Formats: sequence, C-alpha cells, structure tokens
Amino acid sequence: MPATSFTVNGNAADVAADPDTPLLDVLRNHLGLVGSKFGCGLEQCGTCMVLIDGSPRKSCGVPLSTVAGRSVITIEGLGTPKNPHPLQQAFLDEQAGQCGYCLSGILISAKALLDRNPAPTRREIALALDDNICRCGSHVRILRAVERAAAMMREGAEA
Amino acid sequence: MNDTAPITLPPTLADNPRLDQWVHFPEPGRVAVATGKVEIGQGILTAMLQIAAEELDVAPERIQLESGDTDLTPNEGYTSGSQSIQQGGVALRLACAEVRQLFLDRAAAVLGYPAAELTIEDGVVTRGGNPTGHDYWTLAPGIDLSSRATGGARPKLARQHRVIGQNAARVDLAGKVFGAPSFVHDMQMEGILHARVVRQPRRDATIATIDEAAIRRAGKGEIGLMRDGNFLAIIGDDETIVEAAATVAPGHVTWDGVEPINPYQEEARSLLQRPSIDRVLGAPLDQAPRGGRREATFSRMNIAHASIAPSAAMALYQDGRLQIWTHSQGVYPLREAVARTLKLDPAAVSVRHVQGPGCYGHNGADDAAADAAVIAFHNPGRPVRVRWRREEEFGYEPVSTAMMVTVSAALDADGKPVDWTTEIWSGKHVGRPGRGNSVLAEEALPNPPPPIPPADPPEAGGGGGTRNGEPLYAFPAKRMVHHLVAETPVRVSSLRGLGATTNVFAIEGFMDELADAAGVDPVAYRLSVLADARARAVIEHVAQMSGWAPGARFDNGKGRGIAFAQYKNRAAYCAVVVDVEVDETVRVERVWCAADAGLVINPDGALNQLEGGVVQAISWALKEGVRLDQAGISSLDWESYPVIRFSEIPEITAELVGAAEDNPPLGIGEAAGGPTAAAIGNAVARALGTRIRDMPMTRDRIMSALLQI
Repeated sequence: MPATSFTVNGNAADVAADPDTPLLDVLRNHLGLVGSKFGCGLEQCGTCMVLIDGSPRKSCGVPLSTVAGRSVITIEGLGTPKNPHPLQQAFLDEQAGQCGYCLSGILISAKALLDRNPAPTRREIALALDDNICRCGSHVRILRAVERAAAMMREGAEA
Repeated sequence: MNDTAPITLPPTLADNPRLDQWVHFPEPGRVAVATGKVEIGQGILTAMLQIAAEELDVAPERIQLESGDTDLTPNEGYTSGSQSIQQGGVALRLACAEVRQLFLDRAAAVLGYPAAELTIEDGVVTRGGNPTGHDYWTLAPGIDLSSRATGGARPKLARQHRVIGQNAARVDLAGKVFGAPSFVHDMQMEGILHARVVRQPRRDATIATIDEAAIRRAGKGEIGLMRDGNFLAIIGDDETIVEAAATVAPGHVTWDGVEPINPYQEEARSLLQRPSIDRVLGAPLDQAPRGGRREATFSRMNIAHASIAPSAAMALYQDGRLQIWTHSQGVYPLREAVARTLKLDPAAVSVRHVQGPGCYGHNGADDAAADAAVIAFHNPGRPVRVRWRREEEFGYEPVSTAMMVTVSAALDADGKPVDWTTEIWSGKHVGRPGRGNSVLAEEALPNPPPPIPPADPPEAGGGGGTRNGEPLYAFPAKRMVHHLVAETPVRVSSLRGLGATTNVFAIEGFMDELADAAGVDPVAYRLSVLADARARAVIEHVAQMSGWAPGARFDNGKGRGIAFAQYKNRAAYCAVVVDVEVDETVRVERVWCAADAGLVINPDGALNQLEGGVVQAISWALKEGVRLDQAGISSLDWESYPVIRFSEIPEITAELVGAAEDNPPLGIGEAAGGPTAAAIGNAVARALGTRIRDMPMTRDRIMSALLQI
C-alpha cells in the first residue's frame, strides 16, 4: 500500500494505509495519538477536531489522501503539562469540563479562533465553538476559559 | 444528639463492613483507598480523595484511589441517583474515621498516653504537635483492618475541616486537556480485535438472511463474521475496515419477527391508551372533594441520554478468566449479567471501570460491555474492543420514557390547595441489568430469557415515575396516582432525574397557574405554603440573586420564571430563576440557581454539577424528543436529535446555601433539572401570555399556543 507523507505536530509521518482511511483512524490507530476522539463519524459533533494547515477540520471526514504534504496539529501538539498552551492552562484554571470527552476538539476549535482573532467577544467564541457539542453542560466554564486564555495570550504578546 | 452513640452504618458500609475493603496501607507513605462509586464526569474521584484525606489526616498525594473494580473495591451497586456522595461518600467518610481512630487507639496503647492527647498529621501520630515516632505505616502490622466497621468513630465536624469544603481541582481533568488516554475508547493493548455488532432490531427477532459477500465488499479488507444464534458481529484487525463493513451491514441482513411499531407512540399522549399497573399513594382517593378543582396536564416526549460518544468496552477471555473494561455505572451488577449471559461463574469474571463519555444514566455502556464479553469468549486470547456506531447508540440505547402528568387541586378561599393530586402516566424508569433486566447480547444469543415484568424503584428508594410527584408543599391532603405503563414502543431506562423532571415541570407550572389565579406573586405564593426552612431559604436566596421583584413588568416577548424542588424530597434543595425571550423560538437569556446540598465536599465540583444540570435541562425543555418510525427510533444523529449548542447558552450563576454547616451531604447531581425545566415553562408562560405544557417547547408548539390565545 502506498505511504502518505504529512506532518503531525511538527513531526514527519509516513502512513501506509488505504488513502480513503479517515484521518481520525490514522491518528488514533496508526500513530497512537488518541487525544482526538471518535464521537459520531458524521462530522456533526466536533470531538475529532484537528488543525490542517491551521484550519479546524473534523478529522472523521478527512480522507488520508487529502492531507499529503500538509501539516496536522492535534491536541497532543498544543502543549504539555510542563509547557501548557494558554488554552490548556485556562481550562484547568476554570475547571472547564466534566466528562472531558469533548475537550480536545473544543481546545482545537478555540485555538483556531484565537489564532485568527486574539480578542474575541463572548458571542464570537460561542459561534466558533458551535460545531462542537458538549453534553455535560460545561459551556459557561469553557466560554470563560477561552476568554481567559485570550487575555493571557494578549498579555504574553505585550510582555 | 448523643455524641457517644454509634452511628447507624450507611447502606453500602453495612454491605461491605470490612474496613480493609475501604482503606489499607500497602507501603510506607502510601494509603490505598477504595470506592465502589465511579467517575462519570461528576468529579467523584476528586471528592472521594478529599474525604479520605480529611478523615485520615493524610495529604491527598499519598492516596492511591481505586474505584469500580470487582477485584479491588467494595460493591456499592450503581453510581446513580445522586447518591455518590450522599451514600458512597458518607460510607467512605465513616470507614476512614474509624480507621483513624483504630490507629490512634493503638498508638495510645503503645505509647501509654490517652488517645485523646494524640492526633495525626499527614499520617504521623503526634502529641502536642510533636511526632511520637509512630505513623500509620509503623502501626499497621499491629492492627487488624479486616475487622468490621462499627460506626464507633464520629467524622469531623465542619469547623474542623481543612480539606472538605475547599475547592479542589479535578484529578482527572489535566489528562483530558492534554490529550492523554483517558477513556476506555483509548485503551491500548497488544493485538486488539476490533468488533461491531449487527443489532437484533427487536427482542425475539431472528436472522432470516445474511448477504455476507456484500458486507465483505464494503469492508474493502479482511473481516470475520461471528454468529451465535441471533448475535452477529463483524470482527477484524483493522478498525477502519470493520467500521466500513458494519456501517452497511444492517442493510444486508434480513430478520423475521419484526413487527412495525406505531410511530404515534413518540407522543406522550399515547401513554393514556396503554395498559398500566395502577396505584394510589398518599391520601385515599375518596377524600378528594368533588367539584371546584383546577387541573392541568403536562408532558414530555421520550428523550435520549445522547452521550457525546457511543459506548465502548474492552474484554479479554484467557485461561478461563474473563476480564472486562467498561464505562458502566455498576461493575458488580454487570458482572452478574455477563456471567449469566455466558453461563460463567461470576468469580471467573473481573469487571473494571474505565472512564467513558458522560452518560447521565443507563445508556449503551452495559450492552457494549456484554457485546465485548461475548465476542471475547468466542475469540480466546485476543483483547476485543467493541465501539458502538453513532446511530447504534441513538437507536439502541434505552431512552428515558415519555411521561404525562395531570395535576389537580381543590382550593381554599385564599386560592391555596387543600387537596392535591398528581396523576402520572409513565413507562418504567429503571431497566438496568442489576434489576433483573437482560443485556442486549443476552436477548440475541440462543435461549434468551423471557422479559421481566416492568417495575420502578420503590418510593422508599426515591421512586421512578413517582419521583418528586408529591410536592414538598404543606397541603392538607396529597396523593399520587401512578399508572406504570406496561409496554413501551422502545426500550426505556434511567436518565438523570428519572420522573422528577416531568413531575417538577408539572407541579411547579401548576403552582404558577394557581398563584396567578389567586393574584399572588409566585415567590410569595410558594413561601405561603412551604414549611421546610431550608426549602424556603433556597427560594429566598435565588429570589435575591436574581433581583426578583413581585409584579415586575417585562418587555414584549420577555419573561421571568421561578421553580423549586427538593430532589426526591430528600436530596438537595434547588431553586432556579430564568429569564427568557420568546419569538418563534425560546431563548434562555439568564439563569440563577441556588441549592442547599448540606455539607459540600468540593464546592466548585458541586457548582459544576448544578451548572451542567441547568444546561442539560434547557436542552431537554426546548429541543429534545426521540422520534420514531415503524422500524423504531428514527432520530439517529445530531441533526435529527438536536441538543443545545454554545451559541444558545445563557449566563448561569449558581450558588450554594449552607454548604459549610454540619448537615448530612445531600446528592446534588440531579437537583437542578426539574426546577430549570419548570422555571423555563413559567418564564415562557409570562412572555407569551399563554402556557406551553408539553416539552420540548419547540417552534411548532409556540405557534399553536399563540393561535389558542
């Protein structure tokens, strides 16, 4: 089977799999990156959200062949416990989550938003997260956490 | 209160009385603590750590907490009914307090000082602030922790607390924020066999034909078909191939014995026409005064748990032992069900809880675990992972039954009820395997068990359809008439709140109607018939939070509503005020929520539960209803079963009342649902000038309500 080459979180990846394989399956089963979640397989819930060349995409609906030569960022590429992304720090500061299954996808959508709009309003954050479902009802904390992260990043940029 | 009398053991401590089932000291500096309650997103692991750290006087970092494991933890039944703290936490608290006292008594004997002069600081026995040279680990060899709990050691008082009552960060949240494997879906094992089940469309349906070639073609790779009776699974090494085959498989298998169902049964009103088991609880019927009664009827459709991900499980059958990893709410009842299904000795089955997506009740978790167990049993030595498909979770999880509730009251001269009836039509609210119900795999295998008669939890256990059907208000005569509808068109079981959501929606909606008829403000009207001081306090608190003003006037299309309930009439008290704006749809703009949950272990965790309950109830009240067609459930994705999204979320303020007082902890996880739904109903009634008594309050229902003005 031909290998498809792309980068994941800055690292080169060559995956020999059917080019139609959903990117989500490639990440979880071929590359062992289980931070991106299966929620519906129908591009409706956002738990599988990743960045492809900076744009948020639902990886359950992205065939492997279409990411050849492109850059994929997953939750594992956002930050680490020792060096958290401001969004990850803010989600912990706000205790923004209950079961937490939706969080990696939400963090990715939020990163895409803050990358293009460093000072979003509450309404703009909500609209940017409308492709992500949270069923536990942690929404208010999540919205606050994104506002907090945006403020942290703006302060960091000024410092 | 007599401070020396032994405390009555809470049920799960009485059931698991050996202290070493709860606490032991495996190695120097470490404490092993076990709970039968499991993490379902409610933050229970964090709260249990706080409880153990407080009562044992050790740093939380020293504690290794095991939860929900048939090999390692006490059997505390299900993690359900807002009882994790109210029962499980209280049991652990007493067990830890008694262990601490045993060690203090032992240290006193060794040292020759009265135990009252000794205390424990981070595991070290001290006297007058100085270490005595003894600690839990040096003393442990001399103490028999296999002894039985007696309830002889009193837990600390609230004013002594240093850990309980402090906001604690969730111990499991960081891993989820950084993308670490956290869920059973993420477990890695060598040589996983991926599996999907082709579901038996109904109990008693039998396979007629299987177009195996078509299924294999769709997979575009190597798969196997495993069949035992009417249990059919697709298995393989490559999950993508297995999933592709499973997605088309239902179209390539035909079944006999599948009677079409009547889609009209998606409407709650269909319950009135079905056979039921009828009971009267409370005041006898013949005391009800004839005539002069007001009444109103409220309803809710069937609703789904709609977990964010479909259920999954791992299982491995090796050397005659079956191991299962599951996000079930009850590992011990599941072990019984799986052992029964596979005719194994329960002692040969180990069931371990691993986290899953939030469930809010009995979803597909137990069935997925049984699926994995059956497939593993047929494929010894291979770890098997079953993950349901999205449409499988929506289509085959047990849903929460539709309900109809008629409330009626005879009134005195002031317009206050003197005789109250809540009449309830509902399917059963508990269909869990631990109550004798079968798991889906069991029904598909040869010689399936017959269905068991429908039953609800007894009122002493909070009831099912009758949950919160009796108002807390001090009316001279109250009764419930319960029609337990014997057969439902689709499988039904527990969802957060059980019958309370619809009963509180009805009772509190009717209370507003009675207040209006009496010309009294809704807050004042409720307080005028409410004796319970704590109930009054949460209503007064939320009124103050929201700036409630009697007779306040709102702009056209806007309204404010209040509602109250004490969950199960004995768990947390909760009152909610909402502001709505209504045009073609209802938008909830602002929510205030006040709750008295007695002593609160982790205040931020409790607030998170209240906030989540509010959001879920907004979604239930405005958007959710399971759709049916002749084949069964037809709302099989997030477009046909919409839930609330971020852009529809109001600002929510929740506050706790009396959280640091020495009242027993009261379950809070389900407290906000009924009051939130009812407060929305009341706010919508004010905004529209007419009431919508049926959930969900959709655009169609708003339009027809406006046409009736």
